[in-house]
Amino acid sequence: MTPEREEAIREGASHWLVQPRTIRLLWWISGLVLALTIVAQIWITVHAYFSIDSWPGFYAGFGFLSCVAMVLFAKVLGWVLKRPDDYYVEPTQLAPNVLEKNGQRDDV
Amino acid sequence: MFEFAMPPAFILITGALLVAVARPAMRPVIALLAPLMTLYAIWQIPDGVQLTTTFLGYQIELVEGSALRRMFATVFALMAFGGVLFAFRQSKWYELSAAMIYAAGAIGVSFAGDLITLFIFWELMALFSTVVVWCGGTESARAAGIRYAIVHLTGGLILKIGIEGIYVATGSLEIQALTLDSFAAWMIFIGVLINAAAPPISAWLADAYPESSPMGGVFLSAFTTKTSVLALILLFPGQPLLVWIGLFMIFYGIIFALLENDMRRILSYSIVNQVGFMVTAIGIGSELALNGAAAHAFSHIIYKALLFMSAGAVLYQTGVRKCSELGGLFRTMPLTTVCGIIGALAISAFPFTSGFVSKSMISSAAGYEHLEIVWFLLIAASAGVFLHAGIKFPWFVFFQKDSGLRPPEAPWNMRIAMVLFAAACIVIGLFPNLLYGLLPYPVDYEPYTAEHVVTQLQLLLFAGLAFFVLLPLMKRTETISLDVDWIYRRAIPVVAGKIDRGLNTANEDASKRLLGLGTSLMKGLKESSYRYFSSRAPMGHTALWMAAVLALFLVMTLII
Repeated sequence: MTPEREEAIREGASHWLVQPRTIRLLWWISGLVLALTIVAQIWITVHAYFSIDSWPGFYAGFGFLSCVAMVLFAKVLGWVLKRPDDYYVEPTQLAPNVLEKNGQRDDV
Repeated sequence: MFEFAMPPAFILITGALLVAVARPAMRPVIALLAPLMTLYAIWQIPDGVQLTTTFLGYQIELVEGSALRRMFATVFALMAFGGVLFAFRQSKWYELSAAMIYAAGAIGVSFAGDLITLFIFWELMALFSTVVVWCGGTESARAAGIRYAIVHLTGGLILKIGIEGIYVATGSLEIQALTLDSFAAWMIFIGVLINAAAPPISAWLADAYPESSPMGGVFLSAFTTKTSVLALILLFPGQPLLVWIGLFMIFYGIIFALLENDMRRILSYSIVNQVGFMVTAIGIGSELALNGAAAHAFSHIIYKALLFMSAGAVLYQTGVRKCSELGGLFRTMPLTTVCGIIGALAISAFPFTSGFVSKSMISSAAGYEHLEIVWFLLIAASAGVFLHAGIKFPWFVFFQKDSGLRPPEAPWNMRIAMVLFAAACIVIGLFPNLLYGLLPYPVDYEPYTAEHVVTQLQLLLFAGLAFFVLLPLMKRTETISLDVDWIYRRAIPVVAGKIDRGLNTANEDASKRLLGLGTSLMKGLKESSYRYFSSRAPMGHTALWMAAVLALFLVMTLII
């Protein structure tokens, strides 16, 4: 990268990687590669450890579905477990009588 | 050529102490040389017990060599070197020094020939890793460090109870495979698992590590959990319970990392996840599985350090740790981005990276042992690793949106350390025999078959597709997730506070009442004393008082 280009990027010019054209291209290429990994199973025999794992596209489908399941599970768990990120941040706790002496006791 | 004179750990400890007392200009030289000298010493240790000494009346074996032990010590020494290289211009001397003793503790554990030596170095690690956490320098680092120390000292105590129990029962301190048939063995098992961040005590890891300094996190990511993996390989190989503990850790790591916003906390959860793979492998216990656990520990230390380095470089340059405030950094930190991506690919076990050649041994071992459920879960988890660490980390930190941050590239020493570790990830991936040659059992395993590469690519790329399809569901929120640490950070303080305040109020009430009672009694006596004590008081009263005093005397003589 030339220093001028670097300067332009620093000032906010859009990088080639984030231009819509590149992103569209990237989606197409990725799609092609994805298809290719499945098509490759025509020539490459996959030996099964068990039974269904030698089906064409098993790893693709299993990988995709388990990821969807994990994301959804995380989402549901998030409703229960998520708290604002200052949840544990608290002013220093002093003993009640010390707080009273300092005139800071407002919680009781 | 110098003869083997002292345990390798002592070389590193000496180095750490010299760093503390040396002139500032000499510190980097010593700090960089000490791990290399340690590495040399590690490779001079032949198999078998090499050095025994007497400690508190016990015969202890300070150094015992074997292929497995040398392998772990090697990666710990490499890690110490890489960490120092990454940190030496930015860290304070005491952080470097503490990190070096921490590493020395890990190397000491690697060569420990008996349980006492293991325990001593184990505690050394606990103490100095706490110092490294404290070097984060903030109030939250101080508090997290104390919680971290409490967990690890408690774990150490449990381990010590186990060791004493084993000694009393068998009279032997040898490190050998144990079965879970006694209280003492269980104590050792629990003590070791606490350091592995096994459930339910996993929260300490993601609590403490992200509070360290940008440099400290690199050291912390490597030693504690992996010495615990080594201890499990030595003490509990093939313990079936470990399979399920490991699988729990794997999915715990993935799910919590998916929920997390802090970039180094994402990486911390993924340590638990990766250690879960190793723990599962140790539980499977076949030669291939144990080889897999050891190999995975080796490659994991390198790519996880690399990930922590890239996150540390970002944190050092921007001071921002939340994914929701990061993004678009690839523009001005291209080298850090590339190194972070290499680390992310390696952790996801992408073909031609170190993770591929080590992790596949573990899932293959599950397949060969006909553990059907375990195998399917491991495969699902491999996809999940790509999801939570392989894409999520680089995507949210370096790409995502344009956060407007334009930090300059990391300092030169950080860049060199990252490039070295990234190169190591790829070299191990391309030439797996370099790694396989270090393993404890002979390796008859070929990772690069056409079908394996294709199936792995399918798995990972479709996991990647799932990530981008589900991206709207993964929008970062400024939240943390509750974990078991809620019990000791919230529940216990609240309950204890209630009890404390309750007792305080009760105390105040009681003393107020007692004083009031006394006051009114005295007041009554004073105001109406003429009734009892004056000359005008009736005779009967005086007689009564006399009787009362005499009775009191009588009772006292009876008792005393």
